[in-house]
Amino acid sequence: MPWLSILMGVSVLGALGVTLVRNDKLAKQFTLGVSLVVLALAIAMAVGFNPNGDKFQFVEKYVWIRSFGVHYAVGVDGIALVLILLSVVLVPIVVLASWHDAEAGKRSVRTYFSLLLVLEAMMIGVFAATDVFLFYVFFEAMLIPMYFMIGSYGGAQRSYAAVKFLLYSLFGGLLMLVAVIALYSIADKHTFMFSDLIGTIQDVNTQKWLFLGFFIAFAIKAPLWPFHTWLPDAAAQAPAGAAVLLVGVLDKVGTYGMLRFCLELFPDAAKYFTPLVITLSVIGIVYGAIVAIGQTDMKRLIAYTSVSHFGFIAMGVFAMTTNAGAGATLYMVNHGFSTGALFLIAGFLIHRRGSQYIADYGGVQKVAPVLAGTFLVAGLSSLSLPGLSTFVSEFMVLVGTYQRYLVPAIIATTGVVLAAIYVLWMYQRTMNGPTAESVKKLPDLSVREKWVIAPLLALLLVFGFYPKPLLDMIHPAVKSTLTTVQVSDPAAVVPVAKEAQ
Amino acid sequence: MTTHYLVLSALLFAIGGVGVLVRRNAIVVFMCVELMLNACNLAFVTFARQNGNLDGQVIAFFVMIVAAAEVVIGLAIIVTIFRTRRSASVDDASLLKY
Amino acid sequence: MEPAEIIQHSGGVIGASWLMIALPLLGAAILLLGGRRTDRFGHLLGVAMSVAAFVVAALAFFQLLGFAPGERRRGVSLYDLIPGITKIGLLVDPLSISFCLLITFVGSLIHIYSIGYMAHDPARRRFFAYLNLFVAAMLLLVLADNYLGLYVGWEGVGLASYLLIGFWQHKPSAATAAKKAFIVNRVGDFGLAIGIFTIFATFHSVSYAGVADGIAKGGSIPFTAIGLLLLLGACGKSAQLPLQSWLLDAMEGPTPVSALIHAATMVTAGVYLVVRSGPIFQATDTAQLVVTIVGVATLLAGAIIGTAKDDIKKALAGSTMSQIGYMMLAAGIGPAGYAFAIAHLITHGFFKADMFLGAGSVMHAMNDEVDMRKYGGLRKLMPITFVTFFIGYLAIIGFPLLSGYFTKDGIIETAVEHNAILGWLAVLGAGITGFYMSRLVFMTFFGKKRWEADAHPHESPAVMTWPLIILSVGAVVLGAFLVLGNRFMIFLAPAVGRPEELPSFAPFSPTGLVTLALVAVGAGFAWVRYGSAEVPAVAPRGSFLTTFARRDLYGDALNEALFMRPGQWLTRLAVFFDNRGIDGLVNSLAALIGGTSGRMRKVQTGFVRSYALSIFVGAAVLVGAWFVVGNL
Repeated sequence: MPWLSILMGVSVLGALGVTLVRNDKLAKQFTLGVSLVVLALAIAMAVGFNPNGDKFQFVEKYVWIRSFGVHYAVGVDGIALVLILLSVVLVPIVVLASWHDAEAGKRSVRTYFSLLLVLEAMMIGVFAATDVFLFYVFFEAMLIPMYFMIGSYGGAQRSYAAVKFLLYSLFGGLLMLVAVIALYSIADKHTFMFSDLIGTIQDVNTQKWLFLGFFIAFAIKAPLWPFHTWLPDAAAQAPAGAAVLLVGVLDKVGTYGMLRFCLELFPDAAKYFTPLVITLSVIGIVYGAIVAIGQTDMKRLIAYTSVSHFGFIAMGVFAMTTNAGAGATLYMVNHGFSTGALFLIAGFLIHRRGSQYIADYGGVQKVAPVLAGTFLVAGLSSLSLPGLSTFVSEFMVLVGTYQRYLVPAIIATTGVVLAAIYVLWMYQRTMNGPTAESVKKLPDLSVREKWVIAPLLALLLVFGFYPKPLLDMIHPAVKSTLTTVQVSDPAAVVPVAKEAQ
Repeated sequence: MTTHYLVLSALLFAIGGVGVLVRRNAIVVFMCVELMLNACNLAFVTFARQNGNLDGQVIAFFVMIVAAAEVVIGLAIIVTIFRTRRSASVDDASLLKY
Repeated sequence: MEPAEIIQHSGGVIGASWLMIALPLLGAAILLLGGRRTDRFGHLLGVAMSVAAFVVAALAFFQLLGFAPGERRRGVSLYDLIPGITKIGLLVDPLSISFCLLITFVGSLIHIYSIGYMAHDPARRRFFAYLNLFVAAMLLLVLADNYLGLYVGWEGVGLASYLLIGFWQHKPSAATAAKKAFIVNRVGDFGLAIGIFTIFATFHSVSYAGVADGIAKGGSIPFTAIGLLLLLGACGKSAQLPLQSWLLDAMEGPTPVSALIHAATMVTAGVYLVVRSGPIFQATDTAQLVVTIVGVATLLAGAIIGTAKDDIKKALAGSTMSQIGYMMLAAGIGPAGYAFAIAHLITHGFFKADMFLGAGSVMHAMNDEVDMRKYGGLRKLMPITFVTFFIGYLAIIGFPLLSGYFTKDGIIETAVEHNAILGWLAVLGAGITGFYMSRLVFMTFFGKKRWEADAHPHESPAVMTWPLIILSVGAVVLGAFLVLGNRFMIFLAPAVGRPEELPSFAPFSPTGLVTLALVAVGAGFAWVRYGSAEVPAVAPRGSFLTTFARRDLYGDALNEALFMRPGQWLTRLAVFFDNRGIDGLVNSLAALIGGTSGRMRKVQTGFVRSYALSIFVGAAVLVGAWFVVGNL
């Protein structure tokens, strides 16, 4: 069964269907229904996934442009699968959370939800693509719905933010296009199929240039320090739901691309550039956290925490150990849930009070305890408290990096202290202390909002104590990637008996 | 043998080019453009003859068709402009700029 | 004698010892998710879950006693926590079960006490939920069979501590204290985390069994680095120098919290960590020496802080720091000190909880007044509180035959034998303890009334006094029970090892006599200053030393000057750099392109003939270039 095409097809048809529905309320319900169907199908697909089977599963391959060897080719390994699952889990949550988001402006409500479903199809496509050209097409096309979601439905400075986001991403995308075309012609295999291109570029110098073309695009997308400044603007201006998909999924394409394309296609260049990338990541971790501490705007603060978190992910990818790689992949998933929850709850809060500024709040815990409690849990997940799934991934990334790069791992670990400062300080300023006059009448979470947050927090908790199901999918894929790159894990100084482990 | 045709073609092309540059009346400019196109046609046909194949002739046909289409649209535009502005000068129609 | 091997175990109560963690966790989950519906029975459920955990712990303890001493380390495997890094299981051995009994027993008493103490608080249910959460996390900390599980519990208790210190979060001081506690603890956790990374990188295992196995095999193991990193973690959690500053602020929390978390159990986790990591510390003299120095420095610092505080809870908190310093000192000595460290930890758990709850009882009676200068003469009005508190007091200063006499003197004797300088400093600390604890008791229960006009002190209800009575009984008998005949050292030996030669208990040894004399001098001095003499209602300015002690030895000032202010400055600089530097660069690049295109578009004049001219010129240039290049 062509699972992946069905997933995308259902989303696209849903998007068309939404535009045909006349009634806004019905359109929302329809969108929610479609996204839930996609979720159910994706789960059904994931159940059929065999972690120890072929590298890519649910493979489909059709010729698209014969003369250039371009294929519509999709398939997933463990890494892509968990990211697709992340996307399809977040979409219904975002739909439910954005119930009233699109109504404030003059733009059509239906268009917003239709764009959401289009975006969902593209998110699935970009992770599923096993043809480099197809990946590029999805990579760029994803910008379009997101551009409109920010530019048409965002905050006061939406057009500035949307244009900045678009241009910045396009710039990276074009560099990648050059690299894709160069890869095609230098490899001279007359195909864009990922698996056929592995190992075709032998010359290290060529690898380096092509690597840079891909890497800069991904570093902008992720975003890695110092290419990050579009993110706070875009995330702060986007409606909460779009911000969740932007930071939660779209940015993951960057780190996913590093893991999939930069490492496997250009292994020698990846090793050559590792010190540089790790340095940038570590700077990003500490720098993002410090700048986050100094923010006065809640959404910008959350965006900067993500800069810090993406540093962890990139560091994990380039540490090239099983633990770090698997941790980085898991981090991508967990970060989607964790930051998603933070953005959504901050969105609920901002919707109630009408201000993004932290200083306008205070003592919300007293009037809205459930809102405050969920905000705290989401915040704790952002500072990687053990028991929440973000801890598992951060620990794996750090321990995996430490095995090979001692000093960067130690510097990165200071991030855990800084994270405590930015999360708890924001929480204290908004939720604790005497209740501010302006928030005295703030209502607590509604039933709809509770249903938005509950699944996210539940996932964070469950995978915090039992990450095995996800890791079992991720591990073989990461190991296969590292085999392609030809690196192996550092051995133990003093190996101990297996049963003692 | 064919050199004369080519010289004629170049001459016609130059006349057309100068006409496009110096004349203000849109109709005349238009005619000069046609002259340049036909100068090219002459060159194509000449080369076809010289090389002994039909490629140049075929292209000349293409050019004719394009020129015909261009005339239709171009004249329509010129007439419309003349109707609204009471002038056929190309310098008067300079609104489409930075 | 080396620790025994861990034997895999299933079945019986020990096999089900995960219930100890699961039950309180379930209680917390029900109370937090159930919302207001559970308000009516929330406190009872909380107590029930804690008592149930105690019952499981007690049954497991008795099952453990049924095994031969060499077989008393039982490992219970649970599941694969992080595939590729570690499985999680529980380790039920004499060390962990001692902690379990302490945590669940004292914890249950404090749960019961809180029913009365928090009776009028509208958020009492939430309070019990957090207490349950704490008990679960603390039990995970001590029961886990690997460092990662310990770390999960470690941060879990940190969370519970954060929530409970900030329980009255509408007070900015409470919210700030909670945040401070969490962040300072995170600094310690930074060390602990890197310690665990190092352990994993060295052994590819983070389980205690794996580490022991690796050490037995030998090789180049960075013992000192691991030891010092773990110690940093221990310092954070146990409020040892230099990470002590959060504990005094933590007294913003409700008093039962101070008793349970910030006196009896959580703050002793650092001692547990050092003792549990014995195989690592024993291989590195440097780390052990640092542990003992930290212990002595803290025991003196805590004692000095205790002498100057007028806030009864802060005086007790200083005392807690100081007592944990003793435990740390003993834990740094090695197998000879482990049993005393843990024994003192247990007796301290009893008498300090007893005194904290007593202080809570006093505050309850005095409209939540904490300033001892506004107490005085309370012994007649609150007889039960007074008697139980007095027993705790006698126990902590080491009055003969009470708990502290056995356990603290055990530590001092061992320390003097181990390192004379450190040992005698510990003796000096005991003398200061005699002074500040006497000062506290005299100011509170003796002398004249210095109450506020609206204070109407009264004895607390039975639900609060019974826990006091039970704890004070423990404070009387536990020390003798544990230390006499080296009972506890022999019990603990399979888990942590013991010296080949068991120490013999000598009543009134020279060291002990000196200690007692110093304590008596301290107490006498306190009587002169605060017992018989009038206590001024407003604290006198005092000497430089008094100010030094009152300001917590300038710990906060130091942190502020070294970390907070530079940190704020760095933050502002980074934000500025981000907005003006990086983003400024991006935006000016955009402006440059925009400006250039604004100029370039002027070329589009709208005159068709000039376009035609440029086309001709362009064509001419191209043809010309072709001729030139073609001729070259």
